[in-house]
Amino acid sequence: MIEIEELTKAYGRNEVLAGFSLSVAEGESVALWGPNGAGKTTVVRCLLGLVGYEGTIKLDGVDVRRKPKRTRSRIGYVAQELAFYDDLTVVELLDFSADLRRLGTDRVDAVIDEVAIGDHVDKRVAELSGGLKQRLGLAVALLPDPPVLLLDEPTSNLDAAAREKAIRLLDRLRRNGRTMLVTSHHMEEVGMLVDRVIGMEEGRITIECDPTDLAERLGIRAWLQLVLTNGSTEQAVDILTTAGFTARRNRRGVLVEVPAQGKGRAVAMVQGAGIEIEDLEVWR
Amino acid sequence: MTTISVPRAERPELRIIAVVARKELRDAIRSKWFWLWAGAFGGLAALIANIALPGSQVAEFGNFGRTAASLVSLVQVIIPLMGLTLGAQSLAGQRESGALRFLLSHPVSRSEAFWGTYLGLAGALLATAAAGFGAAGLITGLQGSGADAGSFVRIAALSWVLAVTMLGIGMLISTFTNRAGAALGTAVFVWLTFAFLGDIGLMGTSIATDMPVSALFFAALANPVEAFRLASLTAFSGSLDILGPAGTYAVDRLGEQLDTILLATTVVWAAVPAGLAAVRFNRSKDF
Repeated sequence: MIEIEELTKAYGRNEVLAGFSLSVAEGESVALWGPNGAGKTTVVRCLLGLVGYEGTIKLDGVDVRRKPKRTRSRIGYVAQELAFYDDLTVVELLDFSADLRRLGTDRVDAVIDEVAIGDHVDKRVAELSGGLKQRLGLAVALLPDPPVLLLDEPTSNLDAAAREKAIRLLDRLRRNGRTMLVTSHHMEEVGMLVDRVIGMEEGRITIECDPTDLAERLGIRAWLQLVLTNGSTEQAVDILTTAGFTARRNRRGVLVEVPAQGKGRAVAMVQGAGIEIEDLEVWR
Repeated sequence: MTTISVPRAERPELRIIAVVARKELRDAIRSKWFWLWAGAFGGLAALIANIALPGSQVAEFGNFGRTAASLVSLVQVIIPLMGLTLGAQSLAGQRESGALRFLLSHPVSRSEAFWGTYLGLAGALLATAAAGFGAAGLITGLQGSGADAGSFVRIAALSWVLAVTMLGIGMLISTFTNRAGAALGTAVFVWLTFAFLGDIGLMGTSIATDMPVSALFFAALANPVEAFRLASLTAFSGSLDILGPAGTYAVDRLGEQLDTILLATTVVWAAVPAGLAAVRFNRSKDF
C-alpha cells in the first residue's frame, strides 16, 4: 500500500532523512518510533507531498510527487501541531474540509459523533483546548473514511480517558482494514494499535520489531510500586536487592526497577517469601 | 505497437478554487480589519463627496465627475495600503500558523490554494471598494444629476483593479517569508514607496538626469499607483495637462492610443505580480 524507497530529505544543511525505505502492506499498521528530531514527522509530510524530497514514495502504486492530490484523497491525516483555521467554528471547519473532498453533511455528522465533539460544534477552533483540537484533528482525518491513516502523535494532547477512547476508535478502524502509519511516544498506544514498529534515529531505521518486543529492544526499564502489608517492606527490599534488583522503600511501600518485559519475576520473589502484595502500579 | 503512457498533470479544479475563495471571503468579511477598512474608506469617501459637490473648483465636470476626481486622491493612498497588507499577511500568516499545511493536506493543489486565496481576498477588496464608491455615489446621486456617472463607474472599477494589483504584490511579498510580521513590514515599506516616495524619486531622478519628457511619462507608469492615477484622470477629462509637459507629450504623441496604453498598463500591473506570486508559491519546496 505504501512504498517508500531511499527517501532523503534535508532542511538546509540539516539532513533529516537519509535513504529511508519502508513498505507497509494494505491493512497493516506500522509505528514510527524515535526521539524528537528522528525524522518521523518528515516521513509523514513527505507522504502527503507537503515537503520536497529525494527518493520515491508510492501510495497504492501512485507516485506521490506526480499525483499529490490523488494520493491525498486516499489519506486521512492527524497533524502533530494541530493547526487549523482558528476563526472558523468546529462545524464550519468540518464543512469546509468536507466541501474540499466533495463529501456530504452526513459524513460531518458521523465524525462529530465518532469523536464525541457534538457539544463543541459551535465553538471557534481558537477556543478549543488541546485535547478538543486533537479530537477535531481526528474528525477531519476520519471525514473521508480513508483507506490510509497517517497519525502524527494522534493522542499526545489527550487526557487518559480521551486517549483510551481514541485508541479504541483507532483500533476499531485498524481491525476494519485501514492501513495506518503512526508516530508515537506512547508504549500503550503502540502496543494496541500497530503490527510492527520501526525505530528511527537521525533519519535512519535503527530497529524493526514486533510491538511487544519494543521495550526490551530499546532497553526500556520500568518502576514497579509494590504496596505491601505493614511491616514487610524492609524484608521485601532485602529480598529484591539480594536478587540483583534496584529497590528502595518509599511512603507507599517498595519501589523496584524492573525490565519492561520482566516485571513478574520481582513480584514472584516477594510473594514467594510469603509477603502479601496488596496492590501494584507500573511507572515508565 | 508499444504505447507509452505519459502521466497527466493534475489540473486545477475550479470547484476547489471556489471553495477556498468562499472561505477566504468569509474570513475576511468577519475580520475586524475588514470593517475598519470598509468603514474608513466608506466614511471618507462620503465626506469627500459631500465636500466636492457644492463648491467644486472642477467646474467643467458633472456631479459624478467631481466626486470621482476628488476620490482619486483618497483611493491612491488607502486602497494600496489595504491590498498590500491583506495580501502580505495572507500566505505568510497561514504558513506561520500552520493553517496552510492543514489546507494542503487535503486533495488541494498549491495553485488551487493560491488562486482560491487570491480570489477570496479580491472579493473582499471589491466589497470594500463598493462600500466607498457606493457611499459616495449615493450622496452624489441624491444631490444632483447623473452626469459623468460613466466616469465614476470606470474609476470605481480602476480602483478595484488597483486593489487587486496591490493584493498580488502583497501576496508576492508573502511568498518570500513564513512570518506575517515580516511580510507586513515589507508591505508597508512598499506602500510608502508607491504612494509617496515613488513620486519624489521620479521627480528627483528626472531633475538629476535631465530625463526627457517621453521617458518621464513611461517611468511614471512603472509605479502602479501612478498608472492608476493617469488612467483615472483620462477617464473624466481625456487630458493629462495636470501632469505638465509629460502629460502634454503623452496626449499629443499617443493620441487615442493613450487610453488603451493606460488601461493595458493597469491590467499588466494587476496580472504580473499575482502571476509571479503564483509561480513562486507553486515552486515552494516545503510547507
